[in-house]
Amino acid sequence: MADVKLTHVKKIYSNQVEVLKDINLDIKQGEFIVFVGPSGCGKSTLLRMISGLEEITSGTLEIDGQVVNDIPPALRGIAMVFQSYALYPHMSVYDNMAFSLQIAKVSKEEVDLQVRKAADLLQLTDYLDRLPKALSGGQRQRVAIGRAIVRRPKVFLFDEPLSNLDAALRVATRMEIANLKESMPDSTMIYVTHDQVEAMTLADRIVLLSGGNIEQVGAPLDLYEHPANVFVAKFIGSPAMNVVPCKIEKAGEQTSVSLSSSTIVNTPIVTDAGEQSKQAFFGIRPEDLVVVDSEEQGFLSGKVSFVESLGEATLLYVQVPGCDEMVIAKQAGTLAIKRGDSVHLSTLPEKMHLFDNNELSYRR
Amino acid sequence: MITSSKRSPLTYLVHATVLFLVIIWTIPTAGLFISSIRDKDQLSVSGWWTALSTSEQRLVKRAHEPKSQVQEGDLFVIRGNILEGASGEITQFGSSSLKPEAFVAGSVAELKRGRTLQVMENGDYVLTSPTEWKGSRGQRIFYTAEVPPRFTLDNYREVLSTEGLGQSFLNSLTVTIPATVIPILVAAFAAYALAWMRFPGRALFIAAVVGLLVVPLQMSLIPLLKSYNFIGDLFGVGSKTYMGIWLAHTGFGLPLAIYLLRNYISGLPGEIIESARVDGASDFDIFRKIVLPLSFPALASFAIFQFLWVWNDLLIAMVFLGNNEEHLVLTGQLRELLGSRGGNWEILTASAFITIIIPLCVFFSLQRYLVRGLLAGSVK
Repeated sequence: MADVKLTHVKKIYSNQVEVLKDINLDIKQGEFIVFVGPSGCGKSTLLRMISGLEEITSGTLEIDGQVVNDIPPALRGIAMVFQSYALYPHMSVYDNMAFSLQIAKVSKEEVDLQVRKAADLLQLTDYLDRLPKALSGGQRQRVAIGRAIVRRPKVFLFDEPLSNLDAALRVATRMEIANLKESMPDSTMIYVTHDQVEAMTLADRIVLLSGGNIEQVGAPLDLYEHPANVFVAKFIGSPAMNVVPCKIEKAGEQTSVSLSSSTIVNTPIVTDAGEQSKQAFFGIRPEDLVVVDSEEQGFLSGKVSFVESLGEATLLYVQVPGCDEMVIAKQAGTLAIKRGDSVHLSTLPEKMHLFDNNELSYRR
Repeated sequence: MITSSKRSPLTYLVHATVLFLVIIWTIPTAGLFISSIRDKDQLSVSGWWTALSTSEQRLVKRAHEPKSQVQEGDLFVIRGNILEGASGEITQFGSSSLKPEAFVAGSVAELKRGRTLQVMENGDYVLTSPTEWKGSRGQRIFYTAEVPPRFTLDNYREVLSTEGLGQSFLNSLTVTIPATVIPILVAAFAAYALAWMRFPGRALFIAAVVGLLVVPLQMSLIPLLKSYNFIGDLFGVGSKTYMGIWLAHTGFGLPLAIYLLRNYISGLPGEIIESARVDGASDFDIFRKIVLPLSFPALASFAIFQFLWVWNDLLIAMVFLGNNEEHLVLTGQLRELLGSRGGNWEILTASAFITIIIPLCVFFSLQRYLVRGLLAGSVK
């Protein structure tokens, strides 16, 4: 009932700055979509365009099959949770949650029913008479969510709702939002964040934006395992994927590439014959690298220039001859490797990534 | 309060400055108030700071007429009390205006032709004469008395009834209350529109308002009065009415009101207003239910300014209301009193205190809104 469809949506501000370039997106009812990307990528603008707070320069936005470009926010069937909560400071929690229904001239009994239902769901029943200033950050955020729930919208919009909370509360509220989604399987939710952990844990599908473009849309693990380009590969996952320039020695069913250190690596990635002897990028995630005993078993060797022991894992920063950037290897547990030691690194062939000269993945 | 040794010396400077300001603000007001409730005779001879101590007054009174004399042996005696029931204590007395303090109370003064005068501390006097007292008027007695402090509300009773201050007080209220409420209402609407609604020419409007801030009102008195006369003629009413002065004060107050309120309202968090818009509130709803309650501190502070300005105004009231008795405002009445009763301090101080009592009430009832942080808890 509440699909959201964006077709060739653009946003150009009056000073000719193009914030969003040709966004095409099809969101199905009941999906939890997360817009993620670095700051300034246009993710919040896109959300505000869906909410109706920001005008759409060109293209069409459809909610529930109806073009809503010129329909005011209140009539689009959406509800929005703001980063700063945006509670009405002079109203009690109850009045904050009841505000939209009172504006819509809903009967008193119905308002009361809805507000108490939402308060019950969010464990706010004891706080209904309080003013927002008497609440903690997490409670304020729950009130903001409650205010969205009582409207029973077709689409929930979250604009970085957790970024004002401290780390512990963020995890708890994240789980609450996940539970909320669970309890309302029919509502579509669109969630903006710059935090990839939130994106990975909450999303059905992630929309990764950069510079006003959609880089990739897909399930969280899909983005992790099959990044469409170097940007996605580096953005998803922490620490970021190691990307090393290389040259394609032999294209075909199995592609052989030579890293700058002149070692040949055989990957199970299919490339066209025309790609032969072109420049490319070889990618490997830190957590996929394994320390091996001898040089024959590994494909990368180098000196450890830095060791970070995190307890649960150890990060090795390896200076590989011929590579400008250090290669990071993430090993489980603690290791007896010190700075200055030589290490040999290996990986499973299916964990390898190969990107062409335009930084697009060969795995398609 | 817990005093911390780490407190900066600046804090003490601030406290000292506040104390100083409070003192220099309070003392004249207190003086005015004390003067206004003192007895008018005491007020004319000593300052208000002596109000609680007994005051020394030099007075003159005539003794009883000669026909009340009684013959005691070979002396003709007149007895009486010069204080006539009032409290006080005589210290000195005399029989001539040249030497009013010639004798100490209780002593016997030798007068001409064998006559004597004795005045006791409690005011009892005895006049004796070897010959019969003649004439119809009593002997003059000059005396110096220590009079205890006396406080009275007679001054207020007098100015409110006979001096016409009561009517002026009502006139001033009739002028001031609408002249404060109307501009605030208009300005709040305008400020919201100029802050949060997008329409062509908004920036020009704001610039025009800022420009109007510096227009001197004296410049517009004559044109305004002429247009009032013209409009009044059209409807067959006089130009000098309360409606006229309300509009004049509204017009002169609006630029500052719009400017102040717009600055405040545009500083409200945008997300609150966007949130209300998503919640389905129209601009009017947002204004009424969100912006107006949150702007109360700004509204209150402007209300204080406008109220004081209108209350203390003389010029506009003179021009647009005239100075006939039924429309005269307090400031006008006070000016009249200065002319006609300039020497009567008890009248002037009581009138002045009546004039400042309302502004004081307004200030103290609204000042807490000036310092209250209404926005606490809305956004982090």
